[in-house]
Amino acid sequence: MQTIKMKNNAYILNGFSMVGPLEGKGPLGEYFDYVVKDDTLKEKTFEKAERKLLYNIITGAIDKSGLKTTDIDFFIGGDLLNQIVSSSYTARELELPFIGLYSACATMTESLGLSAILVDNNLANNIVAGTCTHFSSAERQYRFPLELGNQRPPTSQWTITGGGACIVSNIPSKIKITAVTFGKVIDFGIADVNNMGAAMAPAACDTIKAHIKNMNTDIKDYDFIATGDLGKLGSEILIDLMEHENIILNKNYADCGCMIYDKTERVFMGGSGAGCSASVLNSYILKKLLNGEFKRVLLVSTGALMSTTTSQQGDTIPGIAHAIELEYVAPQQKKTCSIPTSVKPKSTTKKIKPKDNKATKSTSKRRKTNV
Amino acid sequence: MFNIWDYVISFLVGGFICFLAQILVIRTKITTARILVLFLIIGMVLEVFNIYAPFKEFAKAGASVPIIGFGASLARGAIMATKEYGLIGIFTGGLTAASGGIAMAIFASFIFALIFSSKTKRGGH
Amino acid sequence: MDKEKRNTSYNLYVDAKLPKTKAWPSLFKAFLVGGIICAIGQGFFDIYSYFFPNLAESEITTCMLMTIIFITCFLTGLGIYDVVGAWGGAGSVIPITGFSNSISSPSIEFKKEGIIYGICVKMFTIAGPVIVCGVVGSIVCGIVGLFI
Repeated sequence: MQTIKMKNNAYILNGFSMVGPLEGKGPLGEYFDYVVKDDTLKEKTFEKAERKLLYNIITGAIDKSGLKTTDIDFFIGGDLLNQIVSSSYTARELELPFIGLYSACATMTESLGLSAILVDNNLANNIVAGTCTHFSSAERQYRFPLELGNQRPPTSQWTITGGGACIVSNIPSKIKITAVTFGKVIDFGIADVNNMGAAMAPAACDTIKAHIKNMNTDIKDYDFIATGDLGKLGSEILIDLMEHENIILNKNYADCGCMIYDKTERVFMGGSGAGCSASVLNSYILKKLLNGEFKRVLLVSTGALMSTTTSQQGDTIPGIAHAIELEYVAPQQKKTCSIPTSVKPKSTTKKIKPKDNKATKSTSKRRKTNV
Repeated sequence: MFNIWDYVISFLVGGFICFLAQILVIRTKITTARILVLFLIIGMVLEVFNIYAPFKEFAKAGASVPIIGFGASLARGAIMATKEYGLIGIFTGGLTAASGGIAMAIFASFIFALIFSSKTKRGGH
Repeated sequence: MDKEKRNTSYNLYVDAKLPKTKAWPSLFKAFLVGGIICAIGQGFFDIYSYFFPNLAESEITTCMLMTIIFITCFLTGLGIYDVVGAWGGAGSVIPITGFSNSISSPSIEFKKEGIIYGICVKMFTIAGPVIVCGVVGSIVCGIVGLFI
């Protein structure tokens, strides 16, 4: 079956998110664990900056959960760059067993889902799942040089600088992973690369439909339903498509791409990129789950699975969406007292300095700095 | 020498050509490279039909600064060289006429690429 | 359900759903930016013809074009021209400055891949078609010129 239900074994210990300056100024700014001031992160190239961002996110998530790098069994993740280099190079620095994935912007839920399956079946104890994107490196790979004076079409989206990672563990915590639905690749014949929201909306619709049917739930049972990066136009299309299937998406629905930026910023339809759902999940959604504001959340990350070559050859854009269902569990005193899972106040988490890539060995020695 | 009318007409004609191009951009989602090529070819056609010269006489820089001027000078160079040198002129004429602009674009780009590094786009303004 | 039919109807639906932006502001901006660039060109033309009265008009035009090409490359390097372009749209593309920007922007962008494989190889990724069509077109014009 498309939906895999967990046997109540997989939990999210904690999540860590880190974003660039533009995202930090947005409405979710206060939820992010760390906002970088300079999006080059003092690296020479944007690809190196993306790598460093991901490295800091992964180590940040491990530190925040009170674990050590040696406690982690696998690092599961991916990114948008060709041959998912950012994740591979980060795995090289982390010296962790690495499972690299690619489903474009849906990588976060895909890696989270796979981590949950491994942990749930006692194949691993702790897994770190994460991804990130960088606006400038994505722009030079997928679109035009940064200095070119071109106008972006009104339907285009802005790849976010940032990302997030979370620790999936069999240690009980407040957030339980209930089920995961891996989506089908769906193509409704949209060929415009500047209108990804429209290309991905049918996939999101199909995955949500399948998840609700297989879980035998209703859309009203969820406190919050989030899609990854459909953007303004894409989420409007999704609402229409769902209505066609007699499912009404109400006020409990939001799109991460629309949430992350201020309306005044020139980002057109909103944010996109693998880091979009990753950073919103690991900041806003997890924090609301941890304090019990949300009881049941469905996150549907969406991805557009085209490449620059296929789109130049005129192929249409296939979309994919993976859904993951998270649930709040009331803390059981005895089990959780030894594990620090509570959200740190903002002032302390803000102090986590981005570490240098070269400092790998020293960070593994540096234990519980954050606990 | 400095005639204010030259500036007004350059501004109006140059602006109008860009205005037409912007209509195309909005209507057809045409990319930078395609729109440059399209107007280059328009310039060549104007030159072949001897429309460009009187147009430039009228519009001054409004005709020579847009890329149609570049196309026209390529075409004019080829036609003149063909008349002067025969068959070989077909191949040498175009680039000879446009060599100044191309050489400067390559040279300046190379030099400034060595000096400057790319910066991220400013989205928040 | 017939996939092709579904896709065409979905595409039609999306086209109808596209945000309707007002065309006039962007048309006005393109007009303004393009006009100003041409007026600046006229300024250089007048300056050169004042200081070098012996040069032919075509040579002065070439000098003027070379000057604005150089300035555009410099502004591209400073990261100013992409702001002008984002504001002015076609107004910054159609003047020769757009050609210049499309050569200098990839060379600056891909500098990190090295001088040969970065700057030199990628220099014409955007402006390449202009050179190719220009050369091919001029040859066609030359052939036409044989019969005029």
